Amino acid sequence: MSDKLPQPAGLPIFLLDGHEIPFQPGQTVMQAALEAGFYIPHLCFHEEFKPHGSCKVCTVKVNGRTVASCTTAAAADLDVESETSELRDLRKTLVQFLFTEGNHFCPSCEQSGNCKLQAVAYELDVLSAHFNPIFPDRPLDASHPDVLLDFNRCILCELCIRASSEVDGKDVFALAGRGITKHLIVNAESGRLADTKLAVNDKAMSVCPVGVIQRKRRGFAVPIGQRTYDQKPISEVTISRLQGHPIGHAEDQEGDGR
Amino acid sequence: MTAVAKKKLRVATVSLAGCFGCHMSILDIDERLIELLEHIEFDRSPLTDIKTCGPCDIGIVEGGLCNAENVHVLREFRQNCRILVAMGACAVGGGLPAQRNHLDIRDCLQTVYLTGMGVQRGFIPNDPELPLPLDKVHPLHDVVKIDYFLPGCPPSADAIWKFLTDLLAGRTPSLGHGLLHYD
Repeated sequence: MSDKLPQPAGLPIFLLDGHEIPFQPGQTVMQAALEAGFYIPHLCFHEEFKPHGSCKVCTVKVNGRTVASCTTAAAADLDVESETSELRDLRKTLVQFLFTEGNHFCPSCEQSGNCKLQAVAYELDVLSAHFNPIFPDRPLDASHPDVLLDFNRCILCELCIRASSEVDGKDVFALAGRGITKHLIVNAESGRLADTKLAVNDKAMSVCPVGVIQRKRRGFAVPIGQRTYDQKPISEVTISRLQGHPIGHAEDQEGDGR
Repeated sequence: MTAVAKKKLRVATVSLAGCFGCHMSILDIDERLIELLEHIEFDRSPLTDIKTCGPCDIGIVEGGLCNAENVHVLREFRQNCRILVAMGACAVGGGLPAQRNHLDIRDCLQTVYLTGMGVQRGFIPNDPELPLPLDKVHPLHDVVKIDYFLPGCPPSADAIWKFLTDLLAGRTPSLGHGLLHYD
């Protein structure tokens, strides 16, 4: 945790559940917390991309108001609450909505054990979807020779959209529709993945937090039960993965228009 | 107070639209079954072959709801069990059988029994003893109130043991990392 990290002298701090979190000007609450070794549950946030603020799983209370920690600028003397039973319950309900809206059949999913939605649900002790499931009809796209798209699992985080647009420069994915009918689409006249320039080494292939974008013929190379979040909870995996990495420092963000 | 034998808790179990994998996982608690039987006795269950559920302390239901009989049995359990537990991915979320939910039931039956590959002299089973299938497969909480959910496909023997020992001790069952699995 934070006391193992060298404390940069002279940085402003805010309080997260009573812990002093140093931050660089320009960092968000989420970025500073992760860098200091404190996990806040999240799904649409990815440290390599601009914060999106859509899933709201990272909701915290700042000076008594609920805000998304991934889009809230860190500021001196903020009093941030995160690990409270009220916020855990709120996050749990949001995650249950995601399970309710899609078709999340973990036992037959190639991503089970590596899935962030599942791992965050474990972290929040989600035992059921609670609400009455919708069971939407979302056909697969298996047209691409190397990639399978299973839209049943999509949680609309837009990470593949952001990666394909900002890193790969291909704009393969987009969202269409509004409200409960909002869904991921493939940006091709035919609507088929085979008619895009998506390649297996694209960034868009590696950012999906769930199991929508699957490399074919790889699904069960690692057996269920021996995967990332089978070994350790996502809070530990995330913090140890990010340890020592600066997240969202101003010098890393040159040229992204901010 | 001495030597008053503690009344055993009465437990019913059933597999609805499930594969009996969760019941196999109950058996997987192995020699701990003997310790368990000091605290509980079974009512309706595949282990006793009792056909109807009487008044019970705990009902454990494997599998979701894919036909009319499943719904009838689930309601019988709810009426008779003080605490009702959804055990396994199918009971909790519909599971594998629910993967037919985006298909039309008529098309399903026709493909399986009439037009499917290799079907000869097919007919759609219509014996009056067969319960009618539902148009969609439902998790248990779609139909009755569920008190506890025990996910997993199946939940491991250790998860079932932790769940039951917590429940028998009067604690809220808590699995935690390593025992809580959806797969």
